[in-house]
Amino acid sequence: MLIATLSLPEQVVLMLAALILLSSFLMLAQVRLDSMINTFALQGLLLFFATLIMALISGKYQLLISAALTLFLKVFFIPNKLRGLVVRLDINREIESITNPSLIMLFAASLVLFSYYVALPIRALSLLATRNTIAISLAVVLIGMLMIISRRKAVTQVVGFMSMENGLFFAAVVATCGMPMVVELGIAFDVLVAAILFGVFFFHIRTEIGSLDTDRLNHLTEVEK
Amino acid sequence: MNGWLFAIVQTLCVVFFAPFMAGLVKWMKCKLQNRQGPPPWQPYRNLLKLSRKQVVLADTASFVFRIAPYVVFSVTIVAVSVVPVISVQLPTAALADVIVLVGFLSLARFFLSLAGMDVGTSFGGMGSSREVTISSLAEPALLMAFFTLAMNASSTNVSTVIAHLSQGSLILYPSLIFSSLGLILVAIAETGRIPIDNPATHLELTMIHEAMILEYSGRHLALMEWAAMLKLTLYSLLIVNLIVPLGVALTLRPGDLLLGAVSVSCKLLLLALFLAVVETAQAKMRLFRAPQYLGLAFILSLLGMMSHIILEVR
Amino acid sequence: MIALSLTLFFPLSGLFLFGFIGHWRSAGSINVAISICTFVTTLIIALDVFRYGPILSPGKFFYIDAFNVYLLLLNAFVGMTTAIFSGRYMAHEVAIGRVDDKRMRLYYAMYQGFLFTMLVALSTNNLGVLWVSIEGATLTTVLLVSLYRTPESIEAGWKYFIICGVGISQALFGTILVYFAAEKVVPGHDDGLLWTVLQDHAVKMDPGVMALAFVFLLVGYGTKVGLVPLHNWLPDAHSEGPTPMSAILSGLLLNVALYAIVRFKMLVDPALGTHLAGNLMMGFGMLSFSVAGLLLHRQYDVKRMFSYSSIEHMGLITFAFGIGGPLATFGALLHMIVHSLTKSAIFITVGHVAHIAGSQAINQIRGLLHTQPFVGWGFLIGTCAIAGLPPFGIFTSEFLLFTATIKSYPWLVPPLFIGLTVAFAGLFRNLQSMVFGEPPENQKQVAANMWPVVVHLGLVLWLGLAIPALLAQWLNQATIMIVGRGIL
Repeated sequence: MLIATLSLPEQVVLMLAALILLSSFLMLAQVRLDSMINTFALQGLLLFFATLIMALISGKYQLLISAALTLFLKVFFIPNKLRGLVVRLDINREIESITNPSLIMLFAASLVLFSYYVALPIRALSLLATRNTIAISLAVVLIGMLMIISRRKAVTQVVGFMSMENGLFFAAVVATCGMPMVVELGIAFDVLVAAILFGVFFFHIRTEIGSLDTDRLNHLTEVEK
Repeated sequence: MNGWLFAIVQTLCVVFFAPFMAGLVKWMKCKLQNRQGPPPWQPYRNLLKLSRKQVVLADTASFVFRIAPYVVFSVTIVAVSVVPVISVQLPTAALADVIVLVGFLSLARFFLSLAGMDVGTSFGGMGSSREVTISSLAEPALLMAFFTLAMNASSTNVSTVIAHLSQGSLILYPSLIFSSLGLILVAIAETGRIPIDNPATHLELTMIHEAMILEYSGRHLALMEWAAMLKLTLYSLLIVNLIVPLGVALTLRPGDLLLGAVSVSCKLLLLALFLAVVETAQAKMRLFRAPQYLGLAFILSLLGMMSHIILEVR
Repeated sequence: MIALSLTLFFPLSGLFLFGFIGHWRSAGSINVAISICTFVTTLIIALDVFRYGPILSPGKFFYIDAFNVYLLLLNAFVGMTTAIFSGRYMAHEVAIGRVDDKRMRLYYAMYQGFLFTMLVALSTNNLGVLWVSIEGATLTTVLLVSLYRTPESIEAGWKYFIICGVGISQALFGTILVYFAAEKVVPGHDDGLLWTVLQDHAVKMDPGVMALAFVFLLVGYGTKVGLVPLHNWLPDAHSEGPTPMSAILSGLLLNVALYAIVRFKMLVDPALGTHLAGNLMMGFGMLSFSVAGLLLHRQYDVKRMFSYSSIEHMGLITFAFGIGGPLATFGALLHMIVHSLTKSAIFITVGHVAHIAGSQAINQIRGLLHTQPFVGWGFLIGTCAIAGLPPFGIFTSEFLLFTATIKSYPWLVPPLFIGLTVAFAGLFRNLQSMVFGEPPENQKQVAANMWPVVVHLGLVLWLGLAIPALLAQWLNQATIMIVGRGIL
């Protein structure tokens, strides 16, 4: 399949897929918390547009509800909540040092290759023109995971977690034009509750540990100290 | 025959207008920073003044030091002649593809760094070592970005790539975003602009390009500076014509050529404005962060390659 | 149908009741009452299913067959006995000032919330809703793990949240892939995740996609089961949370996550026509089993020790489901029951033990038999039962499992045997001094409610001596569903 054989809206979806992947990379490289949250909101916005276009292409108008949910949750609610928390915890100017940034970026690039390889059998099956984006969405999920592993700040880990969620949502949208409505609503509800709980946790961690560095969460080990 | 004539005229035009491009960026930057600033044609005056002055050579300078300006200047001109400016119908394009183009630029850089080290002053050597460090990191990213474009067009020839991109209906290539971002980052590093190098200062701790040509004077210096301006124009042309191939003439008909000339001037003007804005908004980064910057450029180019493979072909 | 609605209604109403009204003195008793109602209604469902076969709700949202109904019953039962235990236990925690009223409100609300998510996960027909409710279970329990607000418990809660969240995301990706494969063969956009529909079309689904989906599902739900290498959250969450929490995490959550894996295995096997899913489960199960057995020896905290024992047993059950024959599956189903009962009994006992000794550290717990013989004997017998000593049910299920392994994979018997011995030694190396040793001066008796333990261990003993015909029939039906053949 050459891209030239696709219709313009499908090309736009592919373009958005590439941009979503790029935003994942940007988040991975970002050291300032506020810019990272903005990048996350941007990713949500791209996701919203992708969902919208998929809804229009496929004619499955229930996707419009998912798109609205995405807009509300991923673009407004969660980023605003994170921003508010970051300001209230007074860490909005903090800079997080990343150990070995180039190595992490290269690792993330190899994750993209890995996802491509993993998604090969799927590509062969799908009839949708946008099937190739499954590899991209898997890559977004894995990069979110890498972000959780490689970073030390609790807020960053939450952003990574939410961006994994974005990847999953994107996979559902492009591969199957969304899940059944009840599942979509359930997932959205879970994400909403998770976002609120994360906020509660920030305060607990801050109160008990005195910082939001998860490095300091190291009391529990296998052997007695 | 017409083609060759056209190619020569086109190359000469670029060579002639290159100082204007550099002066324009500087002028816009000054205006953005609320300063008076020299007029855009100031580089011509500088070059004229320098060419009239006497050449002062260091005692330790060898013949490399003397031939380097001529080699750098002429190699850059050859490189410019390969790049389509107004039309893709370029007989010179058959001379060299992107790989050779990158090779030309490395040849120029090789002589530039040799010249920097030749006299034996500490600044020259320092500048050369920095230049080589940065270009060794930038070149893979540059080639990777070019290869992505080449894979799209199934050819490494610049003219063919541009012709392929400008033909037919509008197609959104996701890979194009990544590779053009990578290309822009590399171009900024290679032409010694902010945030990698600052062409406006001679601050010894940070300078790269200026350190290498510190020992030059008179017409040698004029050629070196002209070559640097040419390189800026060359990269600008590559960027505007590869990313937005709109308006580039596919034939040698006068109407198309006129349209091409107008469109390319407009695009260059916009790019100059963009560059000025970026340089005003950004501060120069520490030299030790340059590898990270170029790492990002490489990752972008790599992503371009991967998204081409994943999303665009089967 | 009414019974099912009531089963879900009771815990949900409990969630809102405790959530909105707040904590009051008799909240513990209300909690018990709600749990008893839930248990009674599940009992009715169970009898219905046993008599009339699988129930499919109108609208196809709920589906209850022989496989999930017995887990439903088990869940409600353990939920009930743990509720009985937790009333007095939590009152003691309030008395010594570890928690205040506000957190008690959270505790009871989330206790019922957790039961609700577990029951939905078990009774739903929609594999997407299954995911949603298992993720919901994480969300309800995460604040309970960090209920004490010590740095350690916050750390445990954070780890639980992040690791399980990341893990379960993989399961969602797997679910999306299953849906993707189903979309090609199932008519109707919204039916593609219904278990009853998928079951009929499983043979036609694309093997490549299903194999890939199963890997993601195994990793995802496997995190929740506590399979090595994604088990790190489990000992922390068990050791730092309140003890009733540990009891229901070990007794319910792990089972439900494993249930999800087995459900998907039932789809993947016909689609693939190979033993890939089983092999993967055997591998992960064996790994968890061996690693947890070894780590049992390094523990200093009694709750951590028993949580590693949970990992070990879950590994064993996963392994048994992986082998896949009727005998192994029957053994695995039985093991799920007896492990749940025994492990929750042990955690209840350990809760009392920690109150007696004032610490969870193994070297602080001494001479339980002297201080409070009832608790001491409960601890001793419970540990014997979980280690798999003969008269108890775990011995029976492990014996069945061994028999199945000898039949299908004789070369796996030695590692299995060595693993069991290692785990046995790990449990018993500390038992002697904890139970028999000389008690410290200031060790006092506490008000203990050991009846749940007696009931659980009594049931386990009964299952060890003679499996009632009714239960055997029932498990046999489930086995037929899972592998196609029964053993009776």
